[in-house]
Amino acid sequence: MTLTLNSLTKTYGAQVVLREVSLAVAAGERVALLGHNGAGKSTLMKIILGLIPFDKGTLQVMGSAAGSAAARRHVAYLPENAAFHPALTGVEQMHHYLALRGEKASLAMGLLDRVGLASAANRRIGTYSKGMRQRVGLAQTLIGAPKLLVLDEPTSGLDPVSRRDFYELLDGLAADGAAILLSSHALTEVEARTDRIVILSGGVLVAQGTLSSLRHSADLPVTLHITPHLGAEVAVALALPEARSVAGILTLTCAQGDKLRLLARVCDLGAKVADIDVQPPSLEDIYSHFSKRAGQ
Amino acid sequence: MTRILATADVEFRIALRNRWVAIAVALMALFSLVLSAAGSSATGTIGADRLSVVVASLTSLAVYLVPLVALLMSFDAIAGEVERGTLPLLLTYPVSRLEVLFGKLLAHLAILTLAVAVGYGIAAAAAFWGDPAAGAGLGALWRLMWSSVLLGATFLGVGYAASALARRPSGAAGLAIGLWLGLIVLYDLGLLSAIVADKGGAFTTKVFPLALLANPADAFRLYNLAASQATSAAAGVSGAATAVPIWASLTSIVFWPFAALALATAAFRRVTP
Repeated sequence: MTLTLNSLTKTYGAQVVLREVSLAVAAGERVALLGHNGAGKSTLMKIILGLIPFDKGTLQVMGSAAGSAAARRHVAYLPENAAFHPALTGVEQMHHYLALRGEKASLAMGLLDRVGLASAANRRIGTYSKGMRQRVGLAQTLIGAPKLLVLDEPTSGLDPVSRRDFYELLDGLAADGAAILLSSHALTEVEARTDRIVILSGGVLVAQGTLSSLRHSADLPVTLHITPHLGAEVAVALALPEARSVAGILTLTCAQGDKLRLLARVCDLGAKVADIDVQPPSLEDIYSHFSKRAGQ
Repeated sequence: MTRILATADVEFRIALRNRWVAIAVALMALFSLVLSAAGSSATGTIGADRLSVVVASLTSLAVYLVPLVALLMSFDAIAGEVERGTLPLLLTYPVSRLEVLFGKLLAHLAILTLAVAVGYGIAAAAAFWGDPAAGAGLGALWRLMWSSVLLGATFLGVGYAASALARRPSGAAGLAIGLWLGLIVLYDLGLLSAIVADKGGAFTTKVFPLALLANPADAFRLYNLAASQATSAAAGVSGAATAVPIWASLTSIVFWPFAALALATAAFRRVTP
């Protein structure tokens, strides 16, 4: 395991920020950390990076203590709102980071090119947009083939095309064996681009697993939209008395287990039905289900 | 070492772009020029060479200016990183806090050395121009130069400590100015009034020399004035403390940079990004 947390607890005075959090991330695995603002995501990341101490539990990064020189050699971090000194140019900033990791300064342009910043490399970072600063942040995480990437809201401030490029970069890093832990508010992009989802709520890890396993355990109702043929509206409505009718379309909800039985009833109506649309619970629904259950 | 040099390189560029290099050099040059112009009339009555007299005046100038420039350059060093939000990322790199601090120190010390060299160089050139025998004061000038750099290192360390303790640039700036006022101006005023009240008693003979050695700026002044034997050109506090041996003031000016940096390191270690 690249990263292992066991019953990790962090308190600020009387306030418990993280309670008994256990988590493991393997090499090559992409894990998304979801949670409300204040759920403890950033705190958890800073603890993993060794920036702030924790109170109880154990934490190992590549077999070393978090924040130790050995751990820091293998870990790359992208802070939320990546910031740099405005007086430095992009390439100067990269030179500094390369030197701190013992890498050659000549790699700077190549890294900036990988995040699409080559043309702005010699401009001062003070003139950069938020998205461009975010790309400098991304470029520095690519230095020296890190074993663990900790990315705090990495795609905030990026346009849709850059987001896609970013996730392609991540796929490449994961394929090379890097473990990736990223937090995000953009649930739909996390859905498609990560292997596992971890939900934090009020400092407690309330759920983790693949999206389909979370969907299964949440057991949220499925929604069916049924469009009757012209003239058959009344017959269909009578056959499905539990449906609500909005603008001629009948809407039904049922538990996951009843889905096939309900579909069979709809199919029995034969030609009276023009169209049927089955809508599974969205990631947003699943996410708020687990967050709510924890009393958020 | 690579990490320290890389940090120093980046800090030097930042200082260059923020005009700190220009400001520090211009400040030292301007004040040195004013001093050499003002001091050129008094030479005859003392009987020393022109350069030794200039060094005596430069010492009084450096006591105020070198700590001020050092504090101005250093107060932002850590608080600025905290405020910009650049510190957390920096500290996830395989670089120790001590290396970060040494990198900054190296850059700031280089700028200070440059400013001091230009300032004193101008004053020395003016002295040679007016007095061909000024070569006799070269030793004193050299002593003033390296002890100024040590004094600067002390106050850079003090500034870093203030910066780490305050954690906000505005607070750090206030703290830095307060320290300058307290250590450079009020400390001497306090000692003077204590001497006046003491009327030559135990305080003046026992405590006073120690109090001077305890303050890096006073130790710097004592060392330079005593070593260059131009004490008669200076007045007040320094004139009253000729009894302090040179080795004592030398120990103090060498000790303080290390103490200040140890303080800064301790304060920086307590900063949670």
